[in-house]
Amino acid sequence: MNRKPAILIVALAALHLTLLFAGFLAPYDPTAQDRDLPYAPPTRLHFKDASGLHLRPFVYALKPAPDGYIEDDSQRFPVRLMTRGAQYKLLGLVSLNWHLFGVDEPGKITLLGTDEFGRDELSRVLYGGQISVAAGILATLIALTAGAVFGIMAGYYGWIVDESLMGATELFLCLPWLYFLLGFRAFLPLHLSSVRTFLLLTGVIGLIGWARPARLVRGIVLSVRTRDHVLAAKGFGASDFYVMRRHILPEVMSVLLTQAALLVPRYIAAEVTLSFFGLGVNEPTASWGNMLSVLQQYNVLVSYGWLSAPALALVITSVIYGFLADALLSRLEFQST
Amino acid sequence: MRYLGRKLIRAALLLFGVSVLCFLFTEMAPGSFFDEMRLNPQISPETIASLRSRYGLDQPLVVRYARWACSAVQADFGFSIAYNAPVAPLLWTRAKNTLLLNAVAMSTTWLVSVPLGIWMATRRRSAWDRAMDGVNSILISIPEIVIAVALLAIAVRWRVLPVGGMTSMDHEALSRWERVRDIASRMLLPVITLTLVESSIIVRHVRASFLEVLGAPFVQAGRGLGIGKMRLLFRHVLPAAANPIISLFGLSLAGLLSGSLLVEAICGWPGLGPLILDATLARDIYLVIGGIMLSTLFMLGGNLIADTLLLLCDPRIRIGAANES
Repeated sequence: MNRKPAILIVALAALHLTLLFAGFLAPYDPTAQDRDLPYAPPTRLHFKDASGLHLRPFVYALKPAPDGYIEDDSQRFPVRLMTRGAQYKLLGLVSLNWHLFGVDEPGKITLLGTDEFGRDELSRVLYGGQISVAAGILATLIALTAGAVFGIMAGYYGWIVDESLMGATELFLCLPWLYFLLGFRAFLPLHLSSVRTFLLLTGVIGLIGWARPARLVRGIVLSVRTRDHVLAAKGFGASDFYVMRRHILPEVMSVLLTQAALLVPRYIAAEVTLSFFGLGVNEPTASWGNMLSVLQQYNVLVSYGWLSAPALALVITSVIYGFLADALLSRLEFQST
Repeated sequence: MRYLGRKLIRAALLLFGVSVLCFLFTEMAPGSFFDEMRLNPQISPETIASLRSRYGLDQPLVVRYARWACSAVQADFGFSIAYNAPVAPLLWTRAKNTLLLNAVAMSTTWLVSVPLGIWMATRRRSAWDRAMDGVNSILISIPEIVIAVALLAIAVRWRVLPVGGMTSMDHEALSRWERVRDIASRMLLPVITLTLVESSIIVRHVRASFLEVLGAPFVQAGRGLGIGKMRLLFRHVLPAAANPIISLFGLSLAGLLSGSLLVEAICGWPGLGPLILDATLARDIYLVIGGIMLSTLFMLGGNLIADTLLLLCDPRIRIGAANES
């Protein structure tokens, strides 16, 4: 067992758990606005004040200044662990109000700053990640399921099924996908509920992407189909479905897994791209894409650098997935030689 | 010739398929351009109905498609509802800019990545190769939208490059040479972005394909016979490694076009990208369909060029084509 994929899988698990427990880790509700604190910079943690060194870090409240904010050092707000705050649903099931960390009111701790409505950027990155990553994973599942089904059918039945399905893959492979995605979005009503947009978009992203996995799967099925154990199973009178499920699907799994590691980050990026242009998940639901869309204004891009935090989260996610895909791919090549 | 003819027929079929797909989607999707009007109490249902019939939207799908297809063959892609103008000229003025940007980006990408890939392959497992490969695999993973926004941030913050649009305010007053310089300087940011995004993929493929050939017995034999390093690399290895790279040229076009849509919209380059984006927001279906068709056409054109190049470079295909005819 190569150690590198193991490390990457641990990193991925950590990332996904972080997003899954966003409610607990985020100090605030992602939609809670604070109109007195728009574009507040990341809160600085202090350990030292006039009275000396403190073990427990603390923050100061911000007060508006001519250019931005200055810290009001008249009152200290120590950072506490396990505070009670906004209600949230853990894993969508249990209603809780415990948060990992926080400060007493009226102090605020916004470790990644706030956006134009004074919403806590860190909380939004965590919650937005739930949406963006879920979109990526769901779209990948759709693409791989469709790809596996059609690929196995094309490879197994051959003839006219193969010809027509492979013709269709050629069509989907040569589409400039972003143009097509935008085009599809143009045919949908502009104002949809967040949930519907999310489902429709992931559906379409997934459906456009079925072609490449289908081709790869077909190639494998073509070679597996004539192996002895498959022929024997058929000779014993196994049904087509049984042969596909029992003998062909396991052979295809490693390719599907590698494709999944390749596709998830790509589809997360697709959601981010669409939301960035205001065509995906809309406000007030946070997603990495619609959070980044403020960067289209040059002044935000230059002055409020902390608002590019979702981009950093996206890069970290993509790089981990990318490395995992590389590792899986080289393993696959190693096996086949 | 049969080989190219078959490719041409295939391209035409694909174009047909894409257009059918577009129309199917328009039919499947709920809502239309007139939805917003319907909410307005000052516009009567009759007006909307007459507008619908004027634009032919009340016809069944097959009729609409047949009409559209008939005019599309004559390079008329219908009428834009939002711009109140025919689609084809609208598309064409923007497509020229997209083509210019993509042609330049394509050449810089290949000029950078092919030598780099070869260089890395010849120094396999050296510190340089490993470092470059590491950087490359990170670069491949980073989504293009992040690269585009990051480069834009750098350009805006330190004012190293002019951004936004294609020409300066005083473009008309400049001399011809200065005009070219003006456009070139504004093209720099999108070109750098696209080159960075695309070359990371191509370098990797060039390197892999050269590595494969460099390990072949005939290369060792050549080395043993005392053929010079450079001559061996470019006279013997390059032709053998060229086939997958040329195929990649056609395939990479799809990525480049999608990437250029994004980069154009972010950098404000007046190409097809922003036009399609606005059309999407305005739900201007014929303009969107026209844009999709045009970009597919560019792609197929690029693929045909790649196929022609393959025919010229790869004797196996030449013989195969000759045998068929």
